[in-house]
Amino acid sequence: MEKTEDTLLLQDKSIVIPGEVIATGMGYIPGTGTYREGDKLNAARLGLLTIDGKVVKLLPVSGKYLPKLNDRVIGKVIDVLLNGWRIEINCPYSAVLTLKDATSEFIARGADLTQYFALGDWIVAKIVNVTSQKLIDVSMKGPGLRKLQGGQIIAVNPQKVPRIIGKEGSMVTLIKEATGCNIIVGQNGLVWIEGDPKAQLRVIETITKIEVESHLTGLTERISTFLKGKGA
Amino acid sequence: MGYEKRFDGRGVEELRQMEAKVGVVKNADGSAMFKIGKTTAIAAVYGPRDLYPKFLQNPQTGILRVDYNMLPFSGHGERVRPGGSRRSKEISMVMANALLPVLDLKEWPNAVVDVFVDLPQTDAGTRCAALCAASMALADAGLLMKDMVTAIAIGKVEDKIVVDLNYEEDSYEHGSDIAIAMLPGTGKITLLQMDGQITPEDLKEVFAKAETACKKILEVQKTALKEKFKKPEGIA
Amino acid sequence: MTQIAKETLLASFNAGIHLDGRKLTEYRKLTITTNVSRSAEGSARVLLGDTDIIVGVKLALEKPYPDTPEKGNLMVNAELRPLSNPRFEVGPPGDEAVEIARVVDRGVREGEAIDARALCVKPGELVWSVMIDICTINAAGGLIDASGIGALTALINAKYPEHTEAVVHYEKRTTKSLPLAHQPLPVTVFKIGEHFLVDPLPEEEEHVDARLTIALTEKNHISALQKGGSAPLSKEDIYKMAEIAVKASQELRKQILREK
Repeated sequence: MEKTEDTLLLQDKSIVIPGEVIATGMGYIPGTGTYREGDKLNAARLGLLTIDGKVVKLLPVSGKYLPKLNDRVIGKVIDVLLNGWRIEINCPYSAVLTLKDATSEFIARGADLTQYFALGDWIVAKIVNVTSQKLIDVSMKGPGLRKLQGGQIIAVNPQKVPRIIGKEGSMVTLIKEATGCNIIVGQNGLVWIEGDPKAQLRVIETITKIEVESHLTGLTERISTFLKGKGA
Repeated sequence: MGYEKRFDGRGVEELRQMEAKVGVVKNADGSAMFKIGKTTAIAAVYGPRDLYPKFLQNPQTGILRVDYNMLPFSGHGERVRPGGSRRSKEISMVMANALLPVLDLKEWPNAVVDVFVDLPQTDAGTRCAALCAASMALADAGLLMKDMVTAIAIGKVEDKIVVDLNYEEDSYEHGSDIAIAMLPGTGKITLLQMDGQITPEDLKEVFAKAETACKKILEVQKTALKEKFKKPEGIA
Repeated sequence: MTQIAKETLLASFNAGIHLDGRKLTEYRKLTITTNVSRSAEGSARVLLGDTDIIVGVKLALEKPYPDTPEKGNLMVNAELRPLSNPRFEVGPPGDEAVEIARVVDRGVREGEAIDARALCVKPGELVWSVMIDICTINAAGGLIDASGIGALTALINAKYPEHTEAVVHYEKRTTKSLPLAHQPLPVTVFKIGEHFLVDPLPEEEEHVDARLTIALTEKNHISALQKGGSAPLSKEDIYKMAEIAVKASQELRKQILREK
């Protein structure tokens, strides 16, 4: 059989649809979100094509949050258990916050747990365990992990979270400084915003803009200009 | 007597005009509209999400549910009574079977992916349009999916095998109506249903024509999916 | 979906604005399109902010009810389609859908949107039935008002099909419109804390104390009332809400008549 020449059929940074042939020939290496069939390299999802040397990857541009160890997430207390709380974290699986992970205070047996966290309370917590069957434990022990008072929670595309946070938090810092709002971005696609009503609105507009334009180059400058003036 | 000219004047292999748009239902995790002729399907995907009652859960994988529904004012003639029928139940089931082969839901044990398809107006080929919309909505929802699903109704009217039947052809006496879903990457068939009669030899022609038609549908789906992530206007 | 603490919401209302920056008695952007379903005798699509609904009108020839032998029939049905919101499930209509259908029904029926006598073909034997189906495509608040807007627009848009005696030829449509008499529209005014507002966002609606739907005709006659929510309303509250509703309904009606 003749050997197919290595050919890349699509441009780097283009949007690729499921099943689309990205490259032919055995020279390209299938990375995440792709699969090989014969001498073809196909897309295994909708995604943004990223070519790194000979490695072909597809980064997701949409989809639900899949819980990962050490992720900082925003969650809501949805039930009080015998030894802790059940937390909803914007994915198909809820998490458990046990007494020992919730506080370093001593809690007596039979104490009213709602005095620590009541139903409907919002928290920012860290995922400390995920099993194969998606049983999840979260903890409140760590810097910045706490109960959230007031403000509002908005849901964003979880796949865009890294862009909303920016390199070492640069993007979120930019928005905080320009609007004077408190902002916490959970890896699970929930964002807590607190501040003056009009400033909160400005934060939401900015985040929406990031979600829409995240795959385009020059994002930081555009957002910076957007925050400075009324311009788009 | 031969079927020389189609009721609406199309060529035997000519599809009705198609239109597609992704992201049409804002609340959904993925959504799409697919229109072919006067048949319009709107699909929305919710999930993966938690599934109750618990006995429906599968600890090894997420499951797929499909609900196909004609809106009450969408039928030819009288109002369609809402609430589902034996017909809609069967179509929902075969649609799920047509979509499942391209999906990988193992990352999501015990969860469910719900696909809802509503049709506000119809003119034959509803399950095929519903599948084309559902497939785009699933891709938009960001699920692991190794191929798109395309679908077309092909039938025999008198002596001709024609592509993309409309209502008049679909209800033609002694005609046949074959719904086919095909994976464009491999040409494999994931839905096949027929009303009417044909010969085994006819099948070859039917599949050949389906393959050509599905390529055209895929282009429409592809353009719509890429359009959603295109550069917003006014950005250099 | 967005969730908000009540104190944050009230801070915004104290500043005189909805969370999206609108004035409290201002509706979100309203877009109306007609003829969205060719299989229906009349149809309309209503976009109100992120809310998207399709209303279809189907006509049929039926026997009149024995107690109204010279009047046509009217039926309103609402379906909160599971595709339109993660909260909605497959199955028979729940409380919310039934309430929407019944409130819109009362507004249209009691407000005499259609002259029911003019729907009579043969007294005691044959009348037109007008069936309005409201289907949500994306449910994001303001459903009663959007449904009322859609129902009225679809009625205005509807054309009779041809018929021979009792047999309707749906494939042939005439140019004749329904016997329209009035233009009732429901406006729902919400009370949150001490604030009155229309068209709340879904995250605002979570904190509603009480609501009052007031259907009004073009002559500002009230043709339906429906109080919702668990908090009681004072008479003064209701007068205030009626005042807001009158103004809002006039604005909405103008837009519908422009777009029909």
